[in-house]
Amino acid sequence: MRLEEWVYTLPLRLRTLLHRKRLSAELEEELRRHIDDQIADNISRGMGRDEARLSALRAFGNPLLLREETRATWSWNGVEQWARDLRIGVRTLRRSPGFAVTAILIMAMGIGANVALFTVIRSVLLQPLPYRDPGRLASLFEHQTHPVDAGYSNYLPVAGGNFGEWKKATRDVAQMALVSTWHQYNLSAEGGKLPEKVDAAWCSGNFFSVLGIAPTLGRVFTEDDDRRGAAAAVVISGGLWRRRYDSDPGIVGKTIWLDARPFTVIGVLPGWFVYEGKYGGGTDQLWTTASHEAPPGFMASFEERGFVAVARLLPGVTLSRLVSQVSALQKQIKRDHPEPSVSDGAQGRAMLDDAVQDYKTPLYVLLAATGCVLLIACLNVAGLLVARAAARSKEIAIRAALGGGRRRLLRERVTEGLLVSAAGGGLGLLLAWAGLQWLMSARQDMNRVASIHMDGIVALFAVTATGLCALVSGAFSVLGSNGKQILAPLQESSRSHSGGRARAGLRKTLLVLEVSLTVVLLVGAGLLVRSYQRLRSADIGVPIDNVLTMHISLPEARYRKPEDRVAFFEQLIARVRALPGVEAAGLVSTAPGEGWGGDRMMSVVEHPSQPKGGGFDILARGADPAYFTAVQVPLLSGRSFTSDERLDRAHVAILSHSAAQEMFPGEDPIGKHLHDGSDGGVFQVIGVVADTRWYVTEPSHPTLYVPIYGNDYSVATIVVRSSHDVESLATPIEKLVGKMDPDLPVSDVLTIRQAIAKTTVDSQFDSIVVLAFAVIALVLASAGLYGVLAYVVAQRTGEIGIRMALGAQRDQVLGLVLADGLRPALIGLLSGLAASAATTRFLKAMLYDTQPLDLQVFAGVTALLMASAALACLVPAWRASRLDPMQALRTE
Amino acid sequence: MSKPSDLVQGTLDLLILKILALQPLHGWALSQRLKQISGEVLQVSDGSLYPALHKLEQQGWIRAEWKPSENNRRAKFYSLTRLGKRHLEQEAANWDRISTAISGVLRLTEV
Repeated sequence: MRLEEWVYTLPLRLRTLLHRKRLSAELEEELRRHIDDQIADNISRGMGRDEARLSALRAFGNPLLLREETRATWSWNGVEQWARDLRIGVRTLRRSPGFAVTAILIMAMGIGANVALFTVIRSVLLQPLPYRDPGRLASLFEHQTHPVDAGYSNYLPVAGGNFGEWKKATRDVAQMALVSTWHQYNLSAEGGKLPEKVDAAWCSGNFFSVLGIAPTLGRVFTEDDDRRGAAAAVVISGGLWRRRYDSDPGIVGKTIWLDARPFTVIGVLPGWFVYEGKYGGGTDQLWTTASHEAPPGFMASFEERGFVAVARLLPGVTLSRLVSQVSALQKQIKRDHPEPSVSDGAQGRAMLDDAVQDYKTPLYVLLAATGCVLLIACLNVAGLLVARAAARSKEIAIRAALGGGRRRLLRERVTEGLLVSAAGGGLGLLLAWAGLQWLMSARQDMNRVASIHMDGIVALFAVTATGLCALVSGAFSVLGSNGKQILAPLQESSRSHSGGRARAGLRKTLLVLEVSLTVVLLVGAGLLVRSYQRLRSADIGVPIDNVLTMHISLPEARYRKPEDRVAFFEQLIARVRALPGVEAAGLVSTAPGEGWGGDRMMSVVEHPSQPKGGGFDILARGADPAYFTAVQVPLLSGRSFTSDERLDRAHVAILSHSAAQEMFPGEDPIGKHLHDGSDGGVFQVIGVVADTRWYVTEPSHPTLYVPIYGNDYSVATIVVRSSHDVESLATPIEKLVGKMDPDLPVSDVLTIRQAIAKTTVDSQFDSIVVLAFAVIALVLASAGLYGVLAYVVAQRTGEIGIRMALGAQRDQVLGLVLADGLRPALIGLLSGLAASAATTRFLKAMLYDTQPLDLQVFAGVTALLMASAALACLVPAWRASRLDPMQALRTE
Repeated sequence: MSKPSDLVQGTLDLLILKILALQPLHGWALSQRLKQISGEVLQVSDGSLYPALHKLEQQGWIRAEWKPSENNRRAKFYSLTRLGKRHLEQEAANWDRISTAISGVLRLTEV
């Protein structure tokens, strides 16, 4: 239509939209007037009154139909019809609130779960990082062809020396910066504030400029800050600035004390800024420069892997080109420095992938699970709609007979599905929102969790999901309406006893699908739960009940001399032991389950035949003499440290069982000597203790213990054992530390059980969520099974009555109905098991000590499913077998 | 069925527009004029006038107005709009062209 016409007809269109009632009345009047005029005309021609009327009506045609045809020419007619369908839909749903509520709740659960997961995946995995041109940012790592650090993946941190070479050689293809995210500082008490331990990162001078971050206040680092002799400078996070310094705009230029050393605050970062990668960083609040902070020689070392390299690719350069260039270079470095702990390759990936790699599989697995649940929900609602259509088949047939258009009737059905889905979608959005709030508080350990939010795209996803649900559920129910024989229900005599079979058949097909999906979900959940159980019951080598750990770190600036540190530790542990309620206490640099903690390259002095540079990469721990008895690590041979093996007499070592076996196969290690590859120290082995694990999901690694009183230790974990309620000891110990040094914060106050729970939170989360989905699916499938069978029994009441009248026994009837119901369950189970066997390998990365084809899980799921199916079928089957044949035959 | 075929429907529209171009009329009067002019050629029921009238109104070619009729009762009078007038001219020209062409073809004598 041309614009002019459109403008011309606009007033009329508006009138047609807004005054439809009046227009209808006017049309009515217009038609009546015509007939009246015709009657009057006929009378004036000499007809009798009745004849005039009949003749006028004959000439006019069917007024009802004409009225409808006229109305159909009005604009907005489609909208009007649709509104009418909606009204009918709402009315029919209101007439059966039980159905409506069930269907809407099912849909809401399905849609809600999907929207929530989609939001997470979009925010965490897909959304670009909030840096300048983030697509060009990459993270680079070292790579060992034969990993000596079996515990770590092949994305190893980068040593400063290697990075220097990389940076020099790639000047024309990328800008490179360094960051080391896993540091901490004691932020001293100032202005009445408590001392606290703050996570921090070391970075190169160009780190922020490579990412493209502008500070809110002050400036970020320059190359000039990144020198050994430079003035101590620190950049603080927006969060710390708000929290600790009350957003003080004058903070720039002020001095704060980190580890008892003065630093000048040169800048404040934007509140949203966070750098997260494989090695964490999300909690970092302070940034200092690497060359300024690292110990001498660290930045030039080819072995001490202390950093992650970040690179901004110059235009036209691909990531793979940069990685292959760096990797070739690292191979060259390895040829020049053949020491075993120098890496022989490099790896790289986009910075976004680096941040979220660990969450990818779990999140996509969860999305698959929610997808299954949604599909099951749709199938279930479709089943309900089919059942309703079947129950209303006579009504529909009558409407069809009275002239209701087939399309119109089908449209009503789809509208009904749409209504259920829309209500479910709205409720689902609320559920999703609530779920996300829960997730964000439950999974604060997850990278980028703070960036989760719902936006337009999520809303679009919700609408699309809702539409798809409406389509799927509606389409199935339309399929079930058995097209051509719309009048068949009317022809069905009241004595037909096989009616409705086709429809039950369709519902059974839906059920097979539902059951298969449920089985897949159950198997997945079973595997994850089993893995989580194994994880939680994993023996880290020490009893985990009633053991409290807390971390202290002595700032070197104040405890410069080793004697000061040792004296502090000795005094502290003596006072802790004297506290009432403390059964035993010890000091260790890193407690079992707390992480890698640090390693050393050790070789055996008595085995001179070893190649140059050869040795064993073993974990190193500092411990006090009573540590082993305090955490109950059994001493296998030899003795523990004595109290005078301290400071310059501290060159004695205790090996873990696996270390002793690896380094001294078939020998007694006691009395032998170990040589430290990096500082040349020699230690005499005095004892062997049992193995402990450094991380709960990792096998134990050979470990070396040396006295913590000496050997340069300035950090310690206090391990306290009590017979009951060990957590109540935390406050007295913190007070005690505060009394000894008010500037010293105590951090990571956790029982070992809590610490393990913290490191297994992702496994717990994944298994619980998938289990919840699986249970929902099982309930839905059982309900579906029950519904179909109850329907079939109702349909076959007459038939069953005849069978019984002819002599069928009750248990025969029971068996008959039961078999009818269990068949789809069995087929579904088999196809579900097959599908599971094909798909569970995708879970492999998430499983701990559990095979993807765990027989017990598969058997358990089979048993559970068959039991639920039998239970769901038993009720209608039992009811069928209790039918009174006479009653049944009379029922119509 | 009372619904006229497409060809007749199109013709009906044209006839209505032409009649209304001469003077505004209400429905019944229009139907009388239609019968009077076309004789028994247009085999349509009286009522089928109304869907056509309403369609033309929605298209903006005619407008309707409630006015007292000759016997002093309220009736809905239809009249041609400016847009309708232009449309009528176009359609009439079209019709002329086509009917001339068709009659030309039909007048061909076999040789």
